[in-house]
Amino acid sequence: MENHLTEITMTVNGVSVSRNIEPRVLLAHFLREELGLTGTHIGCDTSQCGACTVLIDGEAVKSCTVLAVQCMGQSVTTIEGLAQTTLHPMQAAFREKHGLQCGFCTSGVMMTAIELLKQYPNPTESQIRQGLDGVLCRCTGYETIVRSVQHAASLMSKQELPQEEEVG
Amino acid sequence: MLDVLGQPVKRHEDDRLIRGKGQYTDDIRLPGMVYAHMVRSPHAHAKIKAIDIKAAQALPGVLAVFVGDDLKDSVGMIPTAWIPPNADMKMTPHPALAYDTVRYVGDGVAVVIAEDPYTASDAADLVRVTYAPLEAMTHPRDAMGPDKPLVHQEISDNVAFHWSVGENLDEVFASSEVVVRQEFRQQRLIPSAMEPRSAVAQYNAATEELTLWATTQNPHIHRFLMSGILGIPEHKLRVVAIDVGGGFGSKIACYPDEVVVAYASRALGRPVKWTETRQENFIATSHGRDHVHEVELAGTRDGDIKAIRVKAFSNLGAYLSTAAPGVPTILFGLVVNGAYKIPQASVDVYGVVTHTTPVDAYRGAGRPEATYLIERMVDLYARKLAMDPVQVRRRNLIPKESFPYTNPMGLEYDSGNYQGTLDKALQLVDYPQFRREQEALRKQGKYIGIGFSTYVEMCGLGPSEVAGAVGFQGGLWESATVRVHPTGKVTVFTGASPHGQGEETTFAQIVSHELGIPVEDIEVVHGDTARIAMGWGTYGSRSTVVGGAALHNATQKIIAKATKIAAHKLEVSELDVTFEAGQFRVAGVPDRGMSFANVALDAYLAWSLPEGVEPALEETAFYNPKNFTYPFGAHVAIVSVDATTGDVELMRYIAVDDVGNIINPMIVEGQIHGGLVQGIGQALYEGAEFDDQGQLVTGSFLDYAMPKARFFPRFETDHTVTPSPHNPLGVKGVGETGAIASTPAVVNAVLDALAPFGIRDLNMPLTSKKVWTAIQERGGI
Ligand code: FES
Ligand code: FES
Repeated sequence: MENHLTEITMTVNGVSVSRNIEPRVLLAHFLREELGLTGTHIGCDTSQCGACTVLIDGEAVKSCTVLAVQCMGQSVTTIEGLAQTTLHPMQAAFREKHGLQCGFCTSGVMMTAIELLKQYPNPTESQIRQGLDGVLCRCTGYETIVRSVQHAASLMSKQELPQEEEVG
Repeated sequence: MLDVLGQPVKRHEDDRLIRGKGQYTDDIRLPGMVYAHMVRSPHAHAKIKAIDIKAAQALPGVLAVFVGDDLKDSVGMIPTAWIPPNADMKMTPHPALAYDTVRYVGDGVAVVIAEDPYTASDAADLVRVTYAPLEAMTHPRDAMGPDKPLVHQEISDNVAFHWSVGENLDEVFASSEVVVRQEFRQQRLIPSAMEPRSAVAQYNAATEELTLWATTQNPHIHRFLMSGILGIPEHKLRVVAIDVGGGFGSKIACYPDEVVVAYASRALGRPVKWTETRQENFIATSHGRDHVHEVELAGTRDGDIKAIRVKAFSNLGAYLSTAAPGVPTILFGLVVNGAYKIPQASVDVYGVVTHTTPVDAYRGAGRPEATYLIERMVDLYARKLAMDPVQVRRRNLIPKESFPYTNPMGLEYDSGNYQGTLDKALQLVDYPQFRREQEALRKQGKYIGIGFSTYVEMCGLGPSEVAGAVGFQGGLWESATVRVHPTGKVTVFTGASPHGQGEETTFAQIVSHELGIPVEDIEVVHGDTARIAMGWGTYGSRSTVVGGAALHNATQKIIAKATKIAAHKLEVSELDVTFEAGQFRVAGVPDRGMSFANVALDAYLAWSLPEGVEPALEETAFYNPKNFTYPFGAHVAIVSVDATTGDVELMRYIAVDDVGNIINPMIVEGQIHGGLVQGIGQALYEGAEFDDQGQLVTGSFLDYAMPKARFFPRFETDHTVTPSPHNPLGVKGVGETGAIASTPAVVNAVLDALAPFGIRDLNMPLTSKKVWTAIQERGGI
């Protein structure tokens, strides 16, 4: 099997990584098994649950639907890379508004919500609910997730305010 | 310091979970670890003719392939842990890997162990099993009887038990002014915790110890049962469940896969990991509900309910899962009168085995089924009498003055104010205004409906004497150890095993309140049999009710001992020492006192302790509840039905619950929301279906309608507080209320909307197709 291995290089959470892997390895498995980044979860095998969602070059992608080799040269952010010196506002908001219970769906839901807020920085409740269509959560009943995303939106708009002033 | 009891304290567990630093079973990595992949039966019922493992074994990277014959003499059968008395219950021998016969699609027949998961999966495809398919039974009423294909040769009519409670009501029904009859189908549901099941086993041949990490709601029960199955004594067996990604009942059972990895680790001397795919979760993790109920209600013309009689057929699947027999009997049959003062009741339950995935507890377990039938019957009765469903409820609800109330099955409801929650809910909806609006809209061809559910449930499982009397093969008390460290910081060890319910936070709040120390100084440890005294785990809304009470008792013991030590140090009588907000003080001498941390240090230094007091400050309590607790409430659903498409839209949902005292309102609200979505999911979306061959046709998230965010309005929740009088914390439990109450509220609302069409009842889930068809059958709009 050795001869089937392919070398792959990508940036994960700001660090360049290279591995020799089978071409069929899914990104989700690559992150979890090769890199030990187990914060990305696998909840299904039909691309429905969204638990595996990560950011590839800043865009939310279900990592169970991409091969690791497709990410050659790209930059992947997982939940482990989201917090810098402090929590990402999305993380802070989920904690503040009880957006998680068992926590299994949470990394993927937060990644999806980050993408959602890029599209709608001030989303309505219905935009949030529609925007979460690609994720499943069995614990929360979604309402506290919706509140978390709203709260994150307000935290993020406050964060951006000083910059806008500078530009102005 | 602020008293945190009753405050929405942010969750301690979130700190790791939002960073992706949880430790779920599949996250575990051990040196030398190898991977298991199961080979499962594609047939619901077949004889195994031959298994050819040669090709699989030959694949590089494969270490072993085991089949049923390999295991059958070295591991025992998987037992069921609930044997309802006087039910003539037959056992269903459940091997970890099937040999000779497979009994459901998903029954394990072989396991491949390989160096990596992809190879294990490849090799599993190379295992050739030759089957001789046989006829399969999937529905309980069809499967009953002597001439049917048998699931187990030991059970000649597929009836694993027949359980009944109550008296013969023939005369009551014969002489009743009004009788309402209805059949209900409690469709099968798939619990679908987002974390698939997983197990890692590590056997140490030198010490003969086995560690099993598993996705379980009850590690100690697992150790207890596994010890018997594997023949490894309990003191050599450790079961660990650190973070578990939801369970909802589906992670109570002891599963074959866990036995298989333990066997494989022992056989190969390597740690073995197995994690199911979602597809496997659909077919091989326990399902919930699946009953058929024939129900009769007797009442007067004025609206007083006199009796309820139920004949239930419960589909148990192919094997009796760990708690399965208790669900359609004890947890169902004893509460069919619901929140109503119905003088007489009788329940007959046939537990039937079929060629389907085993059925076990699913959020509410038995109580949702009971609540559904009584709440639906009350509405049907009201309709028959042309009375308002609220009025009929008011007439029959158990009055506040009647508590403790003994129901016809002998359960003692601890406390309640059922009218109180109903009044509050009605205020929130403005009921008269709703009815006016409904009338006006009907004239325009628009159909809105309102549905009520004034439920009660039994939870906080439960007194151990009752557990024994009803055939549960275990105790139902709970343990808590409070270890105060020399610096006054605290570690709590609980036998409850939270997996999303937030007890790391709630329990810290209890200790913080009682010892007067900040929540940050308290760590709650759960889910490890090597660290924690025996306990019974998390299910039946019991963690805070029973485990929290144990914790309260342990904390009280700490205070009692610390008071002795403080009194000694302060050179006063114990009776003169008060303890408040973390300070021991001499009564009447406000400036003489000691902090809790200083007393802890003294306890550990032990330089000068009072006579008869041992060093250190650590206490364990085992709390055996006196009774179940009985949360209750009034839920109201408002729906609109598009008569041209059959689409149901949930417009408003009001939940007024009374779960006794509330320790953390944020967590309580979250529990209610989660339950609501599961209960509403049953009413409108979810349902597992098998075809005639026993194939699960709803076997993925593409086919099984999991509720999504956009299906729901914002929930309107409120509460009243009626503490449980026998629980030291006055709590009643909240994990299941939403799932129990919401299903009938929503169905009642849809049928209220459809009343102009003369539609009396529909089977869940109320999909647009079903609703549209019913409207068409009655002449359409
Ligand atoms: S694991 Fe990727 S969508 Fe479910
Ligand atoms: S928090 Fe458990 S699945 Fe979302």
